[in-house]
Amino acid sequence: MKYLILIYSNPETWGHPIFLRTKEGRALSDGERAELTGQLEELIAELHSTGELVDAAALADPINSRTVRMRDAAVVVTDGPYVEIKEQLAGLFIVDCATAERAEEIAGRFPEARFSAVEVRPIMAVSGEEM
Amino acid sequence: MTTGVPTEDLWRELAPQVLGAVVRRYGDFGIAEDVVQEALLAAATQWPTQGMPDNPKSWLITVASRRFVDRRRSDQARERRESDAALRAPADEFVAPGADSAGGDRDDTLTLLLLCCHPALTPPSQIALTLRAVGGLSTAQIARAFLLPESTLAQRISRAKATIRRAGAHFELPPPSERPERMGAALHVLYLIFNEGYTATEGPDLHRVELTREAIRLTRQARDLLPRDGEVAGLLALMLLTEARRPARTRPDGALLPLAEQDRSRWDQRLVAEGVDLITDTLSWAPLGPYQLQAAIAAVHDEADSAGETDWPQILGLYQLLERFAPGPMVVLGHAVAAAMVNGPGDGLAMLRPLDDDPRFRRHHRLHAVRGHLLEMAGDRRSAHDEYELAARLATSIPEQNYLRGKADDCARERD
Repeated sequence: MKYLILIYSNPETWGHPIFLRTKEGRALSDGERAELTGQLEELIAELHSTGELVDAAALADPINSRTVRMRDAAVVVTDGPYVEIKEQLAGLFIVDCATAERAEEIAGRFPEARFSAVEVRPIMAVSGEEM
Repeated sequence: MTTGVPTEDLWRELAPQVLGAVVRRYGDFGIAEDVVQEALLAAATQWPTQGMPDNPKSWLITVASRRFVDRRRSDQARERRESDAALRAPADEFVAPGADSAGGDRDDTLTLLLLCCHPALTPPSQIALTLRAVGGLSTAQIARAFLLPESTLAQRISRAKATIRRAGAHFELPPPSERPERMGAALHVLYLIFNEGYTATEGPDLHRVELTREAIRLTRQARDLLPRDGEVAGLLALMLLTEARRPARTRPDGALLPLAEQDRSRWDQRLVAEGVDLITDTLSWAPLGPYQLQAAIAAVHDEADSAGETDWPQILGLYQLLERFAPGPMVVLGHAVAAAMVNGPGDGLAMLRPLDDDPRFRRHHRLHAVRGHLLEMAGDRRSAHDEYELAARLATSIPEQNYLRGKADDCARERD
């Protein structure tokens, strides 16, 4: 089953890996920063090698976001994100794994899980069993 | 060279035999699997235009062996090692008649199947490796069938091979003491492949491999190898009896139709007859098992000319047996429906109650879908609506969600 893993963060300045740009991340010692960065690299390498990684993307600074609306038959484009929240969507992973528990385990290993939060959402299948 | 375009099935049938011959000769399962895949791809491009060789199997073994030798030679050049004696053997030496006797082939295919379903692997890896090594499908074909990127599938397969190597597994039949458990795992993998294909809607991608057909082909092969194994026969019968209903399981717009609403004239009667004969024969001699019981239940459904004529008391009896052989929450759901059909919805609803505390159903839509159905039978449309609605929200498949929401809407409408 496929899951979308959403990485949320509240960085002081935008950049990747994003947890290093948060207040908590900046307060880390060099050793801790290196350890967390290593942990993230290890996780991505693992997802790649197990054949669970379907896709991944790091997102640009929300300053680049444009929100598009169709109003009175005209397209209106405004600067900035659709939802104004403190924690921004910083990146996403699509994984295909055997169980929901495994997807949650993966999510918990992103450094953002300790500073902000990582959300796991099942991706709808296009086929189904009869009831 | 003979003329005519060979069918893909024909040479894919040879895949496990060719792999068996190569791996027995050279020992390295990982590389052998790669080079056999390359040989199959070469056959797929050359044979349709140039005609099939007189002895396709020898051709495939020869091509795979040459590539194996090339591969190892370049590896060894890199490692500055002496080439070992095996490399000096000409590729033709072991494709001479007799070297690939029927008995060896049969064991090889079974050995391969059990190796690909090794307990150290996760189910997705077992499935991918089985389809490639035993089924002879290419990585691209498997990736398309599962709607995954090819790189993901390729990684999964190479990781699976590395895991098998690390687990110390060899290309040999497991000892008899382990065989029933290993065979059980292999049948489960075949069942999962079938189920993946059965739920798939007819996609626009014409090149998508039909996984149900593939699962049935592999299970037929397993049955040829183990004709006295009642569970292999049971699984094959279950697949045939389920596949028979496929033409009727969806409406033209792709919406799911439950068994009771399917147009039974569209069921494939040839498959029904084969499945019914197979399970009837198997039940007469084999020790009972869960696949046989599920096949027997499917046979009772398939033999009814209309939903109203279904022999529910017989299905209820089969579920009672199934719960003894393979207890599990999914079996309880089917059992509860059968109990409701025979003794009234109250009986079925009572059977569902203990499942509320089962962590396996914490986020699962099926318990609520079944309860909604039984509440609807009992005439409690308000509660039925709520259960269907919850089931719809929990569903992670679009057709299932649409179906459940439709049921919820029906209950709301009839209430007013």
